[in-house]
Amino acid sequence: MHIPDGFLDAKTWLSTAALSAGALSYGLTQANRELEDRQIPVMGAMGAFVFAAQMVNFPVAGGTSGHLLGGALLALTMGPWPACIIMATIVGLQALFFNDGGVTVLGANIFNMAVLAPLSGYWVYRLLNRVIANRPVKIFLAAWFSTMAAAAATALELAFSNTIALKLVLPAMLGWHSLIGIGEGLITAGVISYLTSIKGGLFLSIGRKAGESNV
Amino acid sequence: MSKKIFWFLLAALAVAALLGPYASSYPDGLERVAEDFGFLGKSEGKAVLQSPMPDYVMPGITDEKGATALAGAVGTLLTFVIIYIAGKAITFSKRMSRRDRYVRS
Repeated sequence: MHIPDGFLDAKTWLSTAALSAGALSYGLTQANRELEDRQIPVMGAMGAFVFAAQMVNFPVAGGTSGHLLGGALLALTMGPWPACIIMATIVGLQALFFNDGGVTVLGANIFNMAVLAPLSGYWVYRLLNRVIANRPVKIFLAAWFSTMAAAAATALELAFSNTIALKLVLPAMLGWHSLIGIGEGLITAGVISYLTSIKGGLFLSIGRKAGESNV
Repeated sequence: MSKKIFWFLLAALAVAALLGPYASSYPDGLERVAEDFGFLGKSEGKAVLQSPMPDYVMPGITDEKGATALAGAVGTLLTFVIIYIAGKAITFSKRMSRRDRYVRS
């Protein structure tokens, strides 16, 4: 879902860059409040894992592929604001070193994948806490929704840029990403189940931060 | 660094180096939409920066899978290091104020 240079017009990438800058500066103060020093290596390792996983595109249907975004994975393990910081770092690295996602549209890519994806995944998980008891199901749905939220934002940005009409691009983006989101949900639920199964757990904030009591 | 984190980082490196080269080369969701509606060409020649490892391929290596594996491993380590440094910077002020409290008491 990395937008390349050329897809968005200046007003769109400037305004999304402003939104992202605001979200990240707020995120930094929140992350400073939440993070303990001992969690920093964990942050690095989780970020490295998400970077690696993003390289592995899996086929979804009819000659299309998708890959893990990892926003929900990071939000549910590290907390939503640290997740924003980690994802923004990853998206920035991808643009600067790997030509994946443009540099002018970096603000838009950060907004979609590093702000919306983790925050929406986190909030959906919290909402589902009230209605669903099965944790892997909640994680799957939160991760699926985070992909859809990022895809919808991408479609809106393309429409605002007059690259393509909203009524065409929104259903197309949501259609493909409803399939890609299944992969997102399965990988996220699988990885978190594994992390919580490790003896003594691994650093997870999912219980504490997402309002559960018994993790 | 605790053992668990070391193993997790190693798992990330394995994903990048061993699975990365076998990733699907089909267009992703956005590329597919751009192809279908004919605006993929809008990005052509618009990249404002020459990246060192475009498309996750390490330049100067002829073996295609090897070049992807190496770029993936480098990127994974780079991600770890940069987030580690950024994280330490985020918690720096906290560490200092804690030390001050300790020194004063």
